[in-house]
Amino acid sequence: MRQGTVELFDRGTGRPILFLHCGEGLEPSLPLLERLARNGRVVAASHPGFGRSDLPAGFARVDDLAYFYLDLLSHLDLRDTLLVGASFGAWIALEIAVRSTARLRGLVLADAVGLRFATDETAVEIVDIYDIPQDDLDRRSYVEPQRWRRSYDAYSDEELMVIARNREAHCLYGWSPYMHNPGLRRWLHRIDVPSLVLWGEADGIVSADYGRALAAALPKARFATIAGAAHHPHIEQPDRFAAAVDEFLRGIGAAR
Amino acid sequence: MRVWQFSEQPYYPAWDERHESLRNSLPNRELDPAVAARLYSRYTDEWGLCDELGINIMVNEHHSTATCLTSCCHLTLAVLAHATKNVRLLSLGTPLANRRDPVRVAEEIAMVDCYSQGRYEVGFVRGGPFEVWPANSQPVGQVRRFDEAYRLVMKALTTHDRTFSWEGEFFHERLVNIWPRPVQQPHPPLWFVSIGPGPGAWIAEQKGTVGTFLTGRDSKLLFDTYRRRCVALGWGMPSVDKLAYMGIVAVAETEAKAKERAHAIAGYIRTAPQLAPRYLSPPGYVPTRIAAQAMRMSTDPDYVPAYVSVVLGDGSRVHQRTATIDQLIDAHVVFAGTPDQVVRQIGAYHRYVGGFGNLLMMGHGGALSHKDTVDNFRLFAREVLPRLQELPAVPYELPPERPAR
Repeated sequence: MRQGTVELFDRGTGRPILFLHCGEGLEPSLPLLERLARNGRVVAASHPGFGRSDLPAGFARVDDLAYFYLDLLSHLDLRDTLLVGASFGAWIALEIAVRSTARLRGLVLADAVGLRFATDETAVEIVDIYDIPQDDLDRRSYVEPQRWRRSYDAYSDEELMVIARNREAHCLYGWSPYMHNPGLRRWLHRIDVPSLVLWGEADGIVSADYGRALAAALPKARFATIAGAAHHPHIEQPDRFAAAVDEFLRGIGAAR
Repeated sequence: MRVWQFSEQPYYPAWDERHESLRNSLPNRELDPAVAARLYSRYTDEWGLCDELGINIMVNEHHSTATCLTSCCHLTLAVLAHATKNVRLLSLGTPLANRRDPVRVAEEIAMVDCYSQGRYEVGFVRGGPFEVWPANSQPVGQVRRFDEAYRLVMKALTTHDRTFSWEGEFFHERLVNIWPRPVQQPHPPLWFVSIGPGPGAWIAEQKGTVGTFLTGRDSKLLFDTYRRRCVALGWGMPSVDKLAYMGIVAVAETEAKAKERAHAIAGYIRTAPQLAPRYLSPPGYVPTRIAAQAMRMSTDPDYVPAYVSVVLGDGSRVHQRTATIDQLIDAHVVFAGTPDQVVRQIGAYHRYVGGFGNLLMMGHGGALSHKDTVDNFRLFAREVLPRLQELPAVPYELPPERPAR
């Protein structure tokens, strides 16, 4: 692409589902993607700067990622696409959808960040992942942290490079204003496709109330929780996550 | 050799092993403002004594920390510019990438140079990894932001005939035209800091003085990188005046008393790394490959990172927080003893690195009392400082360049 080399997952046939990964990178989402590919064509890129995708010069904002994905949608000529975003990926999904829903059929937003609802400047809506101890971060992110947080010894040198790139890219886009775009909320009315706001019921990074506020702020949205998951239901509960997506597609009359 | 007295103006009353972190997260409830006010006054007096004794002055800055009460080099230097008459004043320095407005930095530099009648030497540093939290400074791309801020500050300091605007990657200015402008033309002497050898070549290109802190034997590699670049640019071997080393200095009539003083001052290096692990490695602060290697090495329980350790004569590394005074002397991080011993120790290090012309002396630190500080300064000025001027020049040939790892 114009933006350099892009690491791409492309599996299955049928309705296109464009998945946008969280700050942990693409790899932990693979079980969910395999599951979703049973019912459609699943496309997922490592966002520019993450994984093995190039970081184009000057990329520094989620705006850049939104335009990158609008380019990708047209590059692959995806139509009637279901956009599925997890955490940081859900922020990107919102930035894409406020710009154009022309190629979108619906949105699934899981444990989203990207917005500010509180008016008290000192209220913490999104826990600062850069200012809490690692074990606290793990407990807030996963219901079973010991299952998902592996020792660095378990990774190859190349995998550690990917982890380091993911951290850098996540920080580049999300450091400040911390994990949100102060101006995004005023454009949510432009998202004229049906949306499902999904939330891990034990999310310790962003509360379910934030998810409910997001659903209320979107023109056509429904809110649901996923049991047995915290901030990363797409990693901890891929089957429940995929079932919720299937049900959403049936509900909007868009199942294959 | 020029000597510069450096103190972090520590708020040592809040130092406690039980705090997880002395930086960033320690609530300022732990600081009694009345005590802080007395400490500032005391530290200013001690630097005033340096002016009488012919010891130059160096300050630095840190934020949100009990280790250092200087939160702006230029505020302290503005006070010292008035409290002193003779000696040179050095900031080492301003963490440029963490300042949101480089033009304001240029204004401060010009003001301090005017207040001090042209006695100011200006240093720029990148700042430690933990500094990005209180500055809310994006760690990814910080080196590029430092570079742009530096170019903007220099342009502001040296442009006198017209205003200019600046539209960069990080900084945007409509009208730059600083008042006052520096007494020293075209600008005060420049200093930079590096711990590793990497930035040595760039610092040489800026014709700056390169300073390094507590690096002991590792300093030689940095100084060689600097020298090599000067030679490659056709400038010949740089003067030793361009090389600076910061170590702890404690002198007394007896070795035992001097080591007691050194132990108190070394509270600085025992507390500097007392911080929560999350503040050590913000994403992007080091190159990706180094960050990945650090993840691998962090799984080794015996691994001591270079930035919190000192290298002993036998090549082994000891953690800063547990090193003894004798180990720190062995590592050339502390110079302590009777005046004769200290002259010998500094002389030996001088020979080891091929000569250096600036000793950044931490002669006060930690909980060292006012009386001990004053005695240390006076004895140093009387018995050590004159003899450092007599150190013979070191005939030095650059070693063959090591292949890059």
